[in-house]
Amino acid sequence: MTGDTKFTISSSPHIRDGETIDHIMWQVNLALAPAAIFAVCWFGLPALINMITGIVAAVAAEYLWQKAMGKPITAFDGSAFITGLLLAMSMSPLLPPYMVAIGSVIAIVVAKESMGGLGFNVFNPAHIGRAALMVSWPIAMTTWSSMQDFSGGVDAVTGATPLGILKLEGYEALVNTFGGQSAMYESLFLGTRNGSLGETSTVLLLLGGIYLIWRGYVNYLVPTLMIVTVAILTWVCGPSGLFTGDPLFHVMAGGLMLGAFFMATDMVTIPMTVKGQVIFAVGAGAITVLIRLVGGYPEGVCYSILLMNALTPLIDRVTKPRIFGSGEGK
Amino acid sequence: MFKSFLGGIHPHDGKDLAKDKAIEAMPPPEEVVIPLSQHIGAPCSPTVKVGDTVKRGQVIGTSEAFMHADIHASISGKVVKIDSLPHSGRITAPAIVIKNDGEDAWADGLPLSRNWESMDSEEILEAIRSAGIVGMGGATFPAHIKLKPQKQVDILIVNGAECEPYLTADYRLMLEEPERIVTGAQIMQKLLGVKTAYIGVEDNKPEAVTALQRAASDSHIEVVALPTKYPQGAEKMLIYALTGREVPTGGLPMDVGCVVQNAGTVAAIADAVEQGLPLTERITTVSGDAVQNPKNLRVRIGTRYRDVLDYCGGFAETPAKILAGGPMMGFAQYDLDVPVMKGSSGILALTKKLTEHGRERACIRCGRCVQGCPMGLIPSMLSILSERGDYTAARDDYGLMNCIECGSCTFVCPAKRNIVQYVRLAKGEIRAQMARDKAKAASKEAKK
Repeated sequence: MTGDTKFTISSSPHIRDGETIDHIMWQVNLALAPAAIFAVCWFGLPALINMITGIVAAVAAEYLWQKAMGKPITAFDGSAFITGLLLAMSMSPLLPPYMVAIGSVIAIVVAKESMGGLGFNVFNPAHIGRAALMVSWPIAMTTWSSMQDFSGGVDAVTGATPLGILKLEGYEALVNTFGGQSAMYESLFLGTRNGSLGETSTVLLLLGGIYLIWRGYVNYLVPTLMIVTVAILTWVCGPSGLFTGDPLFHVMAGGLMLGAFFMATDMVTIPMTVKGQVIFAVGAGAITVLIRLVGGYPEGVCYSILLMNALTPLIDRVTKPRIFGSGEGK
Repeated sequence: MFKSFLGGIHPHDGKDLAKDKAIEAMPPPEEVVIPLSQHIGAPCSPTVKVGDTVKRGQVIGTSEAFMHADIHASISGKVVKIDSLPHSGRITAPAIVIKNDGEDAWADGLPLSRNWESMDSEEILEAIRSAGIVGMGGATFPAHIKLKPQKQVDILIVNGAECEPYLTADYRLMLEEPERIVTGAQIMQKLLGVKTAYIGVEDNKPEAVTALQRAASDSHIEVVALPTKYPQGAEKMLIYALTGREVPTGGLPMDVGCVVQNAGTVAAIADAVEQGLPLTERITTVSGDAVQNPKNLRVRIGTRYRDVLDYCGGFAETPAKILAGGPMMGFAQYDLDVPVMKGSSGILALTKKLTEHGRERACIRCGRCVQGCPMGLIPSMLSILSERGDYTAARDDYGLMNCIECGSCTFVCPAKRNIVQYVRLAKGEIRAQMARDKAKAASKEAKK
């Protein structure tokens, strides 16, 4: 019988789907896992230590900040975890762990929580952390392990990244380092090369990225257009005249795969409409190429995404969808 | 030829609970509570007083106002109370309570038997008006006003989409009594002088499409199976899907030459015109995971929810929410003494499991609401601006007033933001501000 039950009164709709912020964030972490595990296999213990340090520092910083500010604790929703993990993955495995920790704290406290927390941050927190470390410890941030000896983990002898070699010694020297073009492609595809600890394996980042696209957390247009833009521009603007570039190299080298699939797709800091996301992706790709080919740094993924993050509010403003029945643009 | 509107969502439809339950007539209850306001427009005033004897179909409430629909007794018996009582759309509203005499006698002369084909437009419209018919999908717009449009219309649309989860009343009606719908549609075709008529049904109801097609085979009515996507049954989306026409911002269907009536309304129109029957009963779905025996009931207007739910075996589990209408756009009820009204498409009892969603968080700009919005709005911005109290920015820069409150954005929001609630708050504040401005201007004018 019906009896006397008390009922909840609230505005419609009364049912919701099961998606939550926590679930989305942990799905992203899951998608990063293959590349992160490979990093430990390839670079050894320092990679593991740096990733754990990054994650613990990020989550702890968020927890303590929220506690101190009397805000609801959301430090364990997976988003600080992503920030710490992405930060560590986008830096050299040789970076001292304390620097990773400082980067994480800056990412969380300066770039995220002081803006109001998840959803209010304008810039990708991991990239802000990385940029802060880049200006604070430029030498440590550009010290890479040796290209010659990876079999026994990280070598004490330091070497350069493929993009670094390209910048300083040119394309021919780069190909020679790998002992041939196909060997170079193979190495870049599998990840058996030098670089930031989580950016090396094209195939595993692709795997994670495709998973996110399949689950609907990433619009395939964003990574695709960013990568295609880089490919076209690097091909057109080749080292010895128009159409002489090596787009395949540029697509797989550096942090493009990591950036395109996991940072240019950070929903908080990119435009909300598909039209806006297209502009964002092409812009980020173009700035990446500009920095790689013309700028002082060998790699430009981090700064290109940060610059486009800054443009996001403006892009959002000019790419509002057409309102049904408003007559404009029909 | 047929289009699909942008956006939309695919919620679990829950229709399995009741879709195979044939329409069952619930015996009239001991007492009915008939609210004097069951339509958009002016509330009616009672034309009977306590102690009067009334018969089924007798007028018991009317109004001088243009925008209203007459109220009729749904059972025969004695008026025992006229008072402010619980109402499913507001907290309380004036209502007439009739005690059943058990006779269930029709008012004199009812039902009639007449041939609509020999009636002229005025007679048809008068039959609809005097039957007190309103939009039975839930909007409750008086049918006789909609059917005398101020603009030229060339398309009639019968809304059989029934896109709200759980609701199956229109489905059963279309399946079991398709002739009534076809007759009603033909009557309206004649009344409006339109050649083109569609019955739009979501393609998750193929049996209903087949039944309607069979019934409509000798008519000039096209039954169209539309993609199953919420809110396919929203008037603007349905018109777009069938005709490619967009109802302009702030406009009505007649602005694009269309008249839309819900399937249940169309069947009621057939009864009113052919048999002179006022709207005294309707088909409603009683369902939800807390209901013992979900059913599709033919129930008298004024039957209390408590009686309806008891008739369905009461609660199987403790409900957290009782809804008038569907789970996407229905109203949460605080009391089981609210009565079934003309616009009651469903009575749902849902458990905590389905209706509690955890703490609301800040928007993470995932854009799911933007992809889901059928109106091309940015719901997240509307919610943020409303939360901030910046209602005019929401209206001027983000099209606040275009929101149809379908709930798609809120359904998909991973931050569990109550976007529709923020929108309603902002709209309310904007309307209040407009009323204040108007009053100010009027008093200024008076001082001059």
